[in-house]
Amino acid sequence: MTYPTDRKYTKEHEWITADGAIGITHHAQESLGDIVFVELPKVGTEITAGKPFGTVESVKAVSDLFAPVSGTVTAVNEDLATAPEKVNKDAHGAWTIKIKVKDPAELNALLSAADYEKFVSEEAAH
Amino acid sequence: MSLAEATPVVRRTALNAVHRQMGAKMVEFNGWDMPVEYPASIGCGIVAEHMAVRTGVGIFDVSHMGDIRLAGREALSAVQHISMNDASRLEIGQAQYSALLYPQGTFVDDVIVHRLGEDEYFLVINAGTREKDFSWVRDNTRQFDCKVEHLSDDFTQIAIQGPKGVDVLQKLTDADLRAVKFYWVTRGTVCGLKNILMGRTGYTAEDGFEIYIPPDEETSARVWYEILAAGKEFGIVPCGLGARNTLRLEGKLPLYGHEISDTINVWEAGLDRFCKMEKPEFIGRAALEKAGAEGVKKTLVGLEVVDRGIARDGYKVLDVGGREIGYVTSGSPAPFLKKNIALAYVPPAQAAIGNTLLIEIRGQGVKAKVVPTPFYKRPKKA
Repeated sequence: MTYPTDRKYTKEHEWITADGAIGITHHAQESLGDIVFVELPKVGTEITAGKPFGTVESVKAVSDLFAPVSGTVTAVNEDLATAPEKVNKDAHGAWTIKIKVKDPAELNALLSAADYEKFVSEEAAH
Repeated sequence: MSLAEATPVVRRTALNAVHRQMGAKMVEFNGWDMPVEYPASIGCGIVAEHMAVRTGVGIFDVSHMGDIRLAGREALSAVQHISMNDASRLEIGQAQYSALLYPQGTFVDDVIVHRLGEDEYFLVINAGTREKDFSWVRDNTRQFDCKVEHLSDDFTQIAIQGPKGVDVLQKLTDADLRAVKFYWVTRGTVCGLKNILMGRTGYTAEDGFEIYIPPDEETSARVWYEILAAGKEFGIVPCGLGARNTLRLEGKLPLYGHEISDTINVWEAGLDRFCKMEKPEFIGRAALEKAGAEGVKKTLVGLEVVDRGIARDGYKVLDVGGREIGYVTSGSPAPFLKKNIALAYVPPAQAAIGNTLLIEIRGQGVKAKVVPTPFYKRPKKA
């Protein structure tokens, strides 16, 4: 898997683009398996870096979505309410929420695509 | 996103390397390193595996299950003493669902009792309770003239499940499988292996067979791949514990530690029809007689989530007023029924079909209603 370089990644397996779209990584969707439920906050909600902002559920398990950076929700991908499997099919296209990033400097602290790939391969080696 | 931490490897079945080779996601289950699902790249994943078993065929490595053999002049008396169903009704080659009970009428484990010979019985027990079950069976049958053997490590057990399961296995054996009724066993040559035990049993609420083959890695792998090859024309897929759980849940088949345990009795679990009180004696009978007269305080019900949300094991069940009244024992999306379903213990007064209850999901009361069970029943053959 080649991870797109137009965005940043977290060790919690999320990605965020420069304009504030947030999703989960290909590796995350693969680990979770069939995604059947996505629960997201409403537009206007404040989210805080490192804190849960939503939930994604596979057949087997419930996982929190963690905010890569702080900000305010400006859009929610309503498609995922009825078609959560889109996250499996195209994890890097299926954004969950868009936020107005509070402090763009927070983005610089996140992982590049290359760093994230390295992180995933190291994790797999454990 | 937080992904589950890897857990330390405990025990491995003879097919462990095969599962890894096929790209299965492995998890620790009751002390065993087992496949939870196989990868999407080979047409798998919990949903695909579940659907294959409902509509075609799937195979499962269930070698983690345990086996106990009781043989000898008083084997029947021993089995009758330690299990709640009536083993005297079994003909040679027949099997029955039963349970081992504590004197309190609660569960040591649930089992399938097979009668293999005149004075020979074969108990298939759960992985997580193997050692406990064997000690318990041995300790409680000492007074009988019967030999008790722990054969758990003597077999690789493979389940071939689904409406096409019989067709797949028939290609690999000389035994006439169509003559074997549900919950009966036969023996025959399978993949060139002589005298293999094959039972028309399973844990998927579907037709199918479970076979018991030699436990070495080479034989196990060879048979596994031969079954996959034979099943290719029927769309066979390997299935993991994930699908095994959703399949058994749709069929309301109990799971030890969830619907049944050492604190839940037979009446609460609703397994009355497998408990033969007309038998004069078995461990747990006296307590059950008393408990039956007193009535149960909780009962197992099927729930269907009406609002958006998925019920999970351990979630609280509330009445419509928000008062905690029970708990979910197993909850999951049901891939074939395409509903979110759960089994839960609630007071009998709340157990009527159609009753509305709430399930607490992340602090919110999500509406669910009591529905008839099993959630899924396989279609009867014409």
